[in-house]
Amino acid sequence: MSKLYSGAEIVFKCMEDQNVDHIFGYPGGAVLPIYDELQNFKSIKHVLVRHEQGAGHAAEGYARSSGKPGVILVTSGPGATNVVTALTDAYMDSIPLVCISGQVPTHLIGTDAFQECDTTGITRPCTKHNWLVKDINDLAETIHKAFEVATTGRPGPVLVDIPKDIQFQKTKYKKPRKENKLNGKSHNHFNQNSIDQLIDLMSKSSKPIFYTGGGVINSGPKASELLRELVYATGFPITSTLQGLGSFPGDDNQFLGMLGMHGTYEANNAMHDCDLMINIGARFDDRITGKIDEFSPNSKKVHIDIDPSSINKNVKVDLAIVGDVKTVLSSTLKSLKQKKSKFLKSNKQKTSKWWEKIQKWRSVRSLDYIGSEETIKPQYAIERLYELTKDKDSYITTEVGQHQMWAAQHYKFNKPNRWMTSGGLGTMGYGLPAAVGVQVAHPKKLVIDIAGEASVLMTIQEMSTAVQYNLPIKIFILNNQYMGMVRQWQELLHDKNYSESYTAALPDFVKLAEAYNCVGIRAKTPEELDDKIIEMLNTDRPVIFDCMVDKVENCFPMIPSGKPHNQMILGPKDQDSKKITGKGKSLV
Amino acid sequence: MPNSKSAYSFSNKKEKFDTHIIVVWVDNEAGVLARVVGLFSGRGYNIESLAVAQVDEKLKISRITIVTTGTPQVVNQIKLQLRKLVPVHKVADFKREDKAVIFKEMALFKIVGSNNKLEGALKACKKYNPVLLDKTKKSNVIQITALRREVDKMSKDLKKFGLVSVSRTGAVAMTRGADIFK
Repeated sequence: MSKLYSGAEIVFKCMEDQNVDHIFGYPGGAVLPIYDELQNFKSIKHVLVRHEQGAGHAAEGYARSSGKPGVILVTSGPGATNVVTALTDAYMDSIPLVCISGQVPTHLIGTDAFQECDTTGITRPCTKHNWLVKDINDLAETIHKAFEVATTGRPGPVLVDIPKDIQFQKTKYKKPRKENKLNGKSHNHFNQNSIDQLIDLMSKSSKPIFYTGGGVINSGPKASELLRELVYATGFPITSTLQGLGSFPGDDNQFLGMLGMHGTYEANNAMHDCDLMINIGARFDDRITGKIDEFSPNSKKVHIDIDPSSINKNVKVDLAIVGDVKTVLSSTLKSLKQKKSKFLKSNKQKTSKWWEKIQKWRSVRSLDYIGSEETIKPQYAIERLYELTKDKDSYITTEVGQHQMWAAQHYKFNKPNRWMTSGGLGTMGYGLPAAVGVQVAHPKKLVIDIAGEASVLMTIQEMSTAVQYNLPIKIFILNNQYMGMVRQWQELLHDKNYSESYTAALPDFVKLAEAYNCVGIRAKTPEELDDKIIEMLNTDRPVIFDCMVDKVENCFPMIPSGKPHNQMILGPKDQDSKKITGKGKSLV
Repeated sequence: MPNSKSAYSFSNKKEKFDTHIIVVWVDNEAGVLARVVGLFSGRGYNIESLAVAQVDEKLKISRITIVTTGTPQVVNQIKLQLRKLVPVHKVADFKREDKAVIFKEMALFKIVGSNNKLEGALKACKKYNPVLLDKTKKSNVIQITALRREVDKMSKDLKKFGLVSVSRTGAVAMTRGADIFK
């Protein structure tokens, strides 16, 4: 007879078989039996966070930077409710997470017991699927299935709720079954015919554009390689969503920069005027499309996505290819090579006018800003950070707001999985714990959270986690004392009524760093900025960098409310003749 | 919406709403109905009526029939979103006008009144397969099966015969002929 294991042991045996090496969690009454077993499973390291939301975002950072699912362990009641924001965040951005939550013993469920909540009820709309395990014999199978659901198809978060009595009960352990299909739900639903149609559209187009998103990153590093191959083989311009940055080199000439609300002038105009739009792994989000009725009015649209429900959800497309980006791209490249081996040559002529037009848009230099010798411009701070770190294969996380958009605009990514930002849900407080998770996955790499002072205060307690595990994350705060994006919208849309967007009593971030037993650095002038950044980079401990920036700088370019892509506002330099370009102003 | 102060865009397009009957085959497990219904409420879809019961005891499969309204795009989303749910096996979608599909609702009417009225009520129901389920000197319980609008009509018409209580199911659907939905 095979050995009997307790529910708690089975949790870890499942994790072992799923190759989990780190879990992010916080103990509590309803998960104590699981925590009791932790020491017996040496291959699984637990990272103790300071708040369950931090565990969730750390697991997201871990997952995004490593391609493996992030694993969370929390207790019942408040433990589970605290993780809801992170689960929703992961759901919106398609990040694979497996959350194990404790629950009150089965006989107490429904009695409003201490730290009881309807965890599966609360998390139902923010997970791909969730389970309440009421029978010990279902436990192993359920956890294995949870990993499978989280990581296959369009990835996302799942939750397994385990009552305390189940954690104590004993049964045989079941290994994961190989290749059990999810109700026969496979992920590639395209045929050669659609690929041929795509190539036909591509060869007919004179104003094409690739519009790529997080789906490329989620499809794995190979997908990014194939994307580069395809873009070079076609000579087409490419733009990327916030989530797709890094799948194509940010400094390549064919790359038009990010598109959308704060995208570049050339990317948005090219989206508006193109005759063929090839969407690869993006979802026509409202921050991307602007006014939907006037979105790219004259283009044929192709949508490559693994999730059938993304097709025709916001924008009607002419050709839908449902499948994994990697598989679709590889079929496309194969057919392209077979049928149109000289595609690039034959197409250069056809798209030359298009490229001229793009160059014209480019020459507007929409990311430029007015420099200053007295105050640090936030864009300048990011440019300097980029210049001083670009040779280091660094990993960047962000919070949410102006600093996030500036980071996306001015920091250039050349590899996938290097950029972790909360896009769909827009969760302030995401970046710091995400950086913790990234550093756990990549202990030797440089991990920087480009932050705003308002966002970072939402999860600042995780500095304590970073210190405990010697995770030398760098928190680079663009401190303008405002909720900058809120302030910007109030300026532009609400007649400068800055209602509650100024934080009147901010902590001294340098002293705060010292209180957490890490390193605090402050930069006040553009002159000292480089030296201070270098000091930060040379510090092998967690750092809070308080970068005091211009308080009222706005993030441009911008698609204003309810406007289409070709009606962007370009910022002050548009009206201002004393235009000083970002690069020209480098005074150091 | 002129000059909106929002960063969201508004569409002014008015599209036609159609009534669809969506049939969903699901694993009969805890919370499955909440998943399906939650998907509708969470994404702002309508439910006009709902009928659900287990149809395969061995495989533990339940069949959920939902009557909904929406633009073609919304109905398409409903189907695609439903198919993403883990316990969902298949989803069928029928238009209400579809001649190849039978739709039926069942209703129970309680009539209280004189013998004359009771007889009148039963007679009025004649077209809709009435079954007299309960009879006392003063009251009747009549069961009918009919289309939604016919039940609507009867609930109104029977008032004059002393209708005091109506209980009705949501619509259930089945294709005509030998074929089944795969």
